[in-house]
Amino acid sequence: MALTILKPGILDTVQDLGRTGFRQFGVNPGGAADASAVRVLNTLLGNDEGDAVVEMHFPSAEIVFGEETTFAVGGADAEISLDGESFPLWASVRARSGAVLKIGKRLAGSRIYLAVKGGIDVDEWLGSRSTNTFARAGGFEGRALKTGDRLAIGKSDLNNRSPLGAKAGPGLIAGCSPRGTIRITIGPEYHQLTARAVRDLSKGTFAATMDSNRMGLRLEGPRLTRLTETELVSSAVSPGTIQLLPDGSPVILLADCQTTGGYPRIAQVASRDLSAVAQTSPGEKLRFRIIDLQEALDLHRRFEKDLSFLRMGIRFRALFGS
Amino acid sequence: MSPELPKFEIKPLGEDCAIIDLGNEIDEAINDRAIAIAQAIEESPFEGFIECAPAYSSVAVYYDPCRLGGFGFSAVRSQIDIVVRSSSVFEPGEGRHHTIPVLFGNEHGPDLEEAAERNGLDTKEFIDTFVSTTYRVYILGFLPGFPYMGKVDDQIATPRRGNPRTRVAAGSVGIAGSQTGIYPFDSPGGWQIIGRTSYKVFDVSSKDPSRFKPGDTVRFSPDDLM
Repeated sequence: MALTILKPGILDTVQDLGRTGFRQFGVNPGGAADASAVRVLNTLLGNDEGDAVVEMHFPSAEIVFGEETTFAVGGADAEISLDGESFPLWASVRARSGAVLKIGKRLAGSRIYLAVKGGIDVDEWLGSRSTNTFARAGGFEGRALKTGDRLAIGKSDLNNRSPLGAKAGPGLIAGCSPRGTIRITIGPEYHQLTARAVRDLSKGTFAATMDSNRMGLRLEGPRLTRLTETELVSSAVSPGTIQLLPDGSPVILLADCQTTGGYPRIAQVASRDLSAVAQTSPGEKLRFRIIDLQEALDLHRRFEKDLSFLRMGIRFRALFGS
Repeated sequence: MSPELPKFEIKPLGEDCAIIDLGNEIDEAINDRAIAIAQAIEESPFEGFIECAPAYSSVAVYYDPCRLGGFGFSAVRSQIDIVVRSSSVFEPGEGRHHTIPVLFGNEHGPDLEEAAERNGLDTKEFIDTFVSTTYRVYILGFLPGFPYMGKVDDQIATPRRGNPRTRVAAGSVGIAGSQTGIYPFDSPGGWQIIGRTSYKVFDVSSKDPSRFKPGDTVRFSPDDLM
């Protein structure tokens, strides 16, 4: 009745789409770093979009299925196998009881997700199943997974004719992959940048550094300077906020970021491209393109629309067979 | 419209968050206003509203832009503009008062001696000054339930440590510049640690886990022998 961790990866945690309503108390939303990937995978399985999944980094965990399970893997691109046989990413697949899932070499991206039909069943903490490692709460005992941990699988409320073989379209998948150019809108402190920094932000190339993690993607590239030395009083930040650190390097905040920060918010990643940021690995390069708020909103809406088409297709298959 | 309405700006932070900026200042009246505006928005949420959070002198309003009938930020801005313009008549709810026992110095407050010396005081003078102020909780941030409180007397204000510790114990009371705070959990941290309290700042087993809310007041008292 469960998944068991045979061998843990470097950082495997139970995540969902995060918690809302508690930022005012300093509790960040948390949740999957690549939330779009989780939404697509859950949709493929006929789950609620926000059902809990296992988020893995590389090297990833080795997991055994304790019961026949319909599941899907996606996010990063990697060599994956079930009982030694490779199977497609971004598609619903069935595992027999006792089957072993191995996630091998990373090909692209930096985080990979295992979603199971019915979702990972752990207790909610403040309305979410995501792991908050700071408070050591939520997810599985508030911590990263270890050898022998058993994760229960929730009951699926969709009928038993599960949408086996359902696949996500290339548009949805491409949106959940690293991309060279990240679209951003200007942030509240953008106008504090010097003319040179403004130019470097849109023309320069930045590389992700080794000290990137779930809190943020640290970048190195042209040093960006401000017109003013004024210290800022701490104000809100959220995943996708690009802060300028005192040494002139930018950091793109991710799911585990704080709720407030005192560094200038020079830009905000269009939420459609947050997935691509979360899938960027240390050493990889990226550039920024400034778009207006309307374009960011249009991208956001297009993704919601694509996802709702996928959802309708899956329901149709579940009702009438594939 | 009130003629003495203080200046404010509503700016986007991406397509799903609006920041109400009331001025880049640490000031009780401005913070009161931020808290009152956040309360007013939560009490009568607009379509698509997700949550809001007050900071020192700003309020962040998070929303779902797909539920705003095509207008996104501009629709949110006009909704919250009305709230901010009528906010001069709001009274934030009365904050709670907390008295917090602290064990100062030694292993509980490894930075006390150095912080006192830096300010030309002995540790007793430093502690006496620290406990003689009633502090205000301005915001919660950094860690779940971490209260940013001020303002510490100029005589004992101490900058952050040059090399942050990899582990600060839960309950540690620290100073950073003119702010003071309490670590809810063991965590890395750069604040000058002067003491420790057993007062539970954040209770993960509660549905209302944060002991503090913005606008609360705090008084520290020496718990025992130093």
